[in-house]
Amino acid sequence: MSPWQGKLKQIGSCRWEIPQDYKAGMKVPGLVYADERMLAVIKEEQSLEQVANVAFLPGIVGRSMAMPDIHWGYGFPIGGVAATRVQDGVISPGGVGYDINCGVRLLRTNLNEQEIEPKIHELINHLFKNVPSGLGSEGKIKLSEKDMEEVLSQGAAWAVKHGFGSKEDLEVTEENGCMQAADPDKVGDRARKRGAPQLGTLGSGNHFLEVQVVREIYDKQSAALMGITFVGQVLLLIHTGSRGLGHQVCDDYLRTMGEAVRKYGIALPDRQLACAPVESQEGRDYLAAMACAANYAWANRLCIAHWARESFVKVLGKSIDRVGLEQVYDVAHNIAKLEEHEVEGKRQKLCVHRKGATRAFPSGRKGVPEKYQPIGQPVLIPGDMGRCSFVAVGTEKAMQETFGSTCHGAGRLQSRGEAKRSLRGSDVAAALAARGIYVKADSMGSLAEEAPSAYKDVTDVVGVTQQAGISRKVAMAVPIGVIKG
Amino acid sequence: MEKQFEVIDHTADIGIVAYGRDLPGLLANAARGMYSLMVDSKKIEARLSKTLELDEGDPEALLVEWLNTLLYELDTERLLFRDFAIVIKDGRKLTATCAGEKLDLKKHRLRREVKAATYHNLKIENKEGLYTASIIFDI
Repeated sequence: MSPWQGKLKQIGSCRWEIPQDYKAGMKVPGLVYADERMLAVIKEEQSLEQVANVAFLPGIVGRSMAMPDIHWGYGFPIGGVAATRVQDGVISPGGVGYDINCGVRLLRTNLNEQEIEPKIHELINHLFKNVPSGLGSEGKIKLSEKDMEEVLSQGAAWAVKHGFGSKEDLEVTEENGCMQAADPDKVGDRARKRGAPQLGTLGSGNHFLEVQVVREIYDKQSAALMGITFVGQVLLLIHTGSRGLGHQVCDDYLRTMGEAVRKYGIALPDRQLACAPVESQEGRDYLAAMACAANYAWANRLCIAHWARESFVKVLGKSIDRVGLEQVYDVAHNIAKLEEHEVEGKRQKLCVHRKGATRAFPSGRKGVPEKYQPIGQPVLIPGDMGRCSFVAVGTEKAMQETFGSTCHGAGRLQSRGEAKRSLRGSDVAAALAARGIYVKADSMGSLAEEAPSAYKDVTDVVGVTQQAGISRKVAMAVPIGVIKG
Repeated sequence: MEKQFEVIDHTADIGIVAYGRDLPGLLANAARGMYSLMVDSKKIEARLSKTLELDEGDPEALLVEWLNTLLYELDTERLLFRDFAIVIKDGRKLTATCAGEKLDLKKHRLRREVKAATYHNLKIENKEGLYTASIIFDI
């Protein structure tokens, strides 16, 4: 593939603008957060063209943005943030993606690494059995039609009601694990049928479950409020989304939006950006269906957390009080939300699309759990399985510049094909084992595709968001046990 | 044998270029290409058959929805297919009789899960009687 040859202008530290006149039809400029080294890599593919394409969306305000973990997606780039006016702008399912409310949930334990190291193989093997993963994985829960209605409308609260978690889990989940805009009537039969056997499953691809150990704490006070209190402390990170249900909702509404584009006469440079006015019937219906899929994902991650808690207790032979595993936070990184932001000095109601980007609200903002009001909303940024992950918090700067958003992960560097050609899954597992990381995967092929060398170094990505001030580092943890779907 | 499909690179995801002498041939080969991304597709046998019907606005939509319908069949009925008898009327109405079998992870050997076929840069081209389309999948 040829490198991107478009126009870029540095407009500040780690900030690069794609001028509005780069392409006729752009309604706002583009803005990319990156350092020079990263930018050279980003320009090797066409993701910046996608940033420019997103700037075509009717009603887009501010800039079409890309976080430093940007990589080439379909329609929107992965790592993209775009806000449109609710009043006269559009909502695009492509700005959310197929895996609606793909996200991460972090739990903290009372355990230190010495306690868990002798049992890590047994623990990972037990988790692997207890949490279904891989292609077409079916869960231990078979949802009845009535249950499905409740999962779609109540989200994680359904899981709590059925004994898969507690009220405390909901309090530290984005939206408390339930988007109120959900209307199950807007979710079709196909989506329901795909979702019914899959609740409580990890799936495949980049989804994972990781046992980690805290290596650095940058901000003791904020970390303490999250229950992260010492170096060597064991954490658990869960990364998955809304499974086949979300994929089907996206697919169904892309079709609706394809027709809406013609109906409303919207000119777009890529069919995958199909959209409809936020205030139209099509737009409202999508938002209501998307909220249902988001709710399903929150219930999904809570069920998985429940089985993880079970596995820790069983394998370690300790009580749940001794183990801990309280939830730190759960954050979505593929979602569109109606939020109020200041644009050109005026408060406006916006539809903020975060496609591979995390909400990063500062203290004092509505939507930040009461517990975290003093420090701001926790931001969870997983890296690849060989390096590390970060916990950060949102900032005021993010509110001013990125509609309260920051990066979501490492971002791919190498294509899946390249990774697979250059590495064998079994070699990847052996190399990780030599560094004290035990990995179990459903497919050795997918392990090669997810190899650390296929990703950017998340430390560089988080370094840029830190320098740009759109999120602030709190702690860093490394994996010791990984399950890959 | 004529070339059916090739696998192509895409940073976050993966794609195929599918070929066909006509639109039904292109759709059949795109399906074969998609299954090859997910499992060892040579192992899929024709043990049962199912008829699928679609009605879409244009050939590109037909191609994407065809592949996503096959993913739906896998998610809900655990079905994989290998042979396809496809008839398309008016460029938009599809009837496909698909032969295949139920997913057996031991036999078919998982490669990766495909979430969906996308419309990303999708265009069906017809040059001198050879239909070609590049399809990017969300992984």
